[in-house]
Amino acid sequence: MMAHWLIAPVVVPALVAPMVAYVMRFDIVMQRAASMAASVVMIAIAIGLMVATADGTVHVYRLGDWPAPFGIVLVLDRLAALLILLTTLLGAVVLLHASATGWDRRGRHFHALMLFQVMGISGAFLTGDAFNLFVLFEILLIASYGLTIHAGGRERLKGGLQYVIMNLVGSSLFLIALGTLYATTGTLNIADLAVKVREIPVGEAALVRVAAMLLMIVFAVKAALFPVQFWLPGTYANAPAPVAALFAIMTKVGAYAILRMHTIVFGPDTDAIGSLSQDWLMPAALITIAIGGIGVMGARNLMQMVSFAVLMSTATLMLAISAFTPYAIEAALYYLVHSTFSAALMFLVADLVLSQRRNGGALAASPVMAQNGLLAALFFGAAIAIAGMPPLSGFLGKLYVLDALRDTGYSWLVWTVVLVSSLITIVGLGRAGSTVFWKANDADVVAAEARARAEAEANGPAEPLPDRSASALAIAPSMMLMAALVAVTVFAGPLSRYMQATSAQLFDPVDYIEAVLLNQDDTKDLSSHGDDYGEHGEDDGTEDGAATEGDH
Amino acid sequence: MELIVAITIGVLTAAGIYLILRLRAFPVILGLTLFTYATNLFVFATGRLAVGLPPVLNDEAAGYSDPLPQALVLTAIVISFGMTAVLVLISLGAYLEAGSDKVEYTTDDDDMMAKAEQDEKTEGAA
Repeated sequence: MMAHWLIAPVVVPALVAPMVAYVMRFDIVMQRAASMAASVVMIAIAIGLMVATADGTVHVYRLGDWPAPFGIVLVLDRLAALLILLTTLLGAVVLLHASATGWDRRGRHFHALMLFQVMGISGAFLTGDAFNLFVLFEILLIASYGLTIHAGGRERLKGGLQYVIMNLVGSSLFLIALGTLYATTGTLNIADLAVKVREIPVGEAALVRVAAMLLMIVFAVKAALFPVQFWLPGTYANAPAPVAALFAIMTKVGAYAILRMHTIVFGPDTDAIGSLSQDWLMPAALITIAIGGIGVMGARNLMQMVSFAVLMSTATLMLAISAFTPYAIEAALYYLVHSTFSAALMFLVADLVLSQRRNGGALAASPVMAQNGLLAALFFGAAIAIAGMPPLSGFLGKLYVLDALRDTGYSWLVWTVVLVSSLITIVGLGRAGSTVFWKANDADVVAAEARARAEAEANGPAEPLPDRSASALAIAPSMMLMAALVAVTVFAGPLSRYMQATSAQLFDPVDYIEAVLLNQDDTKDLSSHGDDYGEHGEDDGTEDGAATEGDH
Repeated sequence: MELIVAITIGVLTAAGIYLILRLRAFPVILGLTLFTYATNLFVFATGRLAVGLPPVLNDEAAGYSDPLPQALVLTAIVISFGMTAVLVLISLGAYLEAGSDKVEYTTDDDDMMAKAEQDEKTEGAA
């Protein structure tokens, strides 16, 4: 039974999205209902997958029942299940926000693109084939291109153009890396690659090292690491806020790909690679953290500031990954969950603030907002989370990461950069919060507002100010994310035990490799070929049901 | 043959990257196209270059040309074609909205400053 559920996170959105795009294209209510229903179904499936992997089994789904190094496989282990659950949860919350605030109405096909995006992300987490990873990256990217320029506008299109170009160059690099890898190992199946790369002697490792580093650059583009981080602030700051919130998981796709490829295939235990990944990843992550901190301090615009905070948060995650020790990965995974929720929360709150402020996102005093107190409280919570202050999970996560990096030999440098950048971020966020929420009550701002109103009244009967306060439904998604952050904090114990098991599974790739490459008796027989293939294929078709049933 | 293919890939890549670095929409699109051509050729060549060999398994054949890179490159061509189309439309939209085909991120403030400088210059010239 398990066998076919594995591909459901890809199939469900792939089926619903075209219906949303074509059948329901003129009915926004039906679109909302359909995509919300799909999200709920996917959360249920993701929970099911998580339960199925809880005992540490690695499930394999062979597409078309072809045997492993030749056919494409989807592999579900703890890491994939965890990230799919995270994606579906975030997707549902963002969808609710976009529907409640009317973002989905400002352009076309928001819901369809959103579903395709979730499909691409879940597929990328599931796939066990490097070329298939490329294809799924393209699916999630092309959906994200549509989403970043959703609702249009000058700034958004300019930011979007830069994002598209950056990623197209990244995709070409990805292909070159895969080509190099295929030329040296003769396979693109991740489990098979793991075996083949370990067989390559150090003396002949040059090409594999090139491929490993090219792949790292490609994934670093997605994760926005120095020196390829510059697209992120421009793109995220101009993207529609719910989209930017969903993109909190997009940077994690880059992190996931590095986590997967550079532990199972190019792990520190392979002779051909050694500590190469670590040597490059750690400085890049440190510089990105510093850039993020400085950016938060220097931003003149609320969305821009949030983008830099996200940049820093992702870089902290990459820093933890760069140690490539089981304990550090465990910390990284905990921080990943926190970072996703807190970044999304920050964007959603910023969106609520922007929708109520008279002068938009500029970090300058503006008349008091309709729900000043409530938004101030939400912003305060989100800022605490993303900066890493107690009592929320950001503090625990950062502490976890710092503790894990204690034995790296660079701990003094790492600790200094992380702590100083955190301090700068706290100052930056604090300054922004006081400008946005407190300066509104300053005497001169209030006086200017009163003067403006008096002038307007003198000119004629004043129109009543539009009521901009957000409905309860629009506030709910932010509250949900806040609740998720509290849950991540309260259940830090069980969660970290889960992460420990997940990280252990990553560092013991034997299960993964065996699950993919062994136990293939039920798959199609490739030993006979040539003219009798047509017949043979038909024979297999009748056995297919039984074969897949017995697969696991 | 290897030399010719290698030189072609190299020249295409170099020209592509040069054009991408121009940071103007049209040269960037051309540059990306050249770069993807180079990439596709490269992927195609990773299965070793072979002439006149059968691509599919055959009991009598002395050798094979690897069919996998051919399948990969087909996928890559389709994807890069679609992406180029998207890029053309987005850059057209950006050009029509912004009135400039520059590919760089600037904020409203920067644009206003640039405009002010421009105005000053034209005033000075007048």
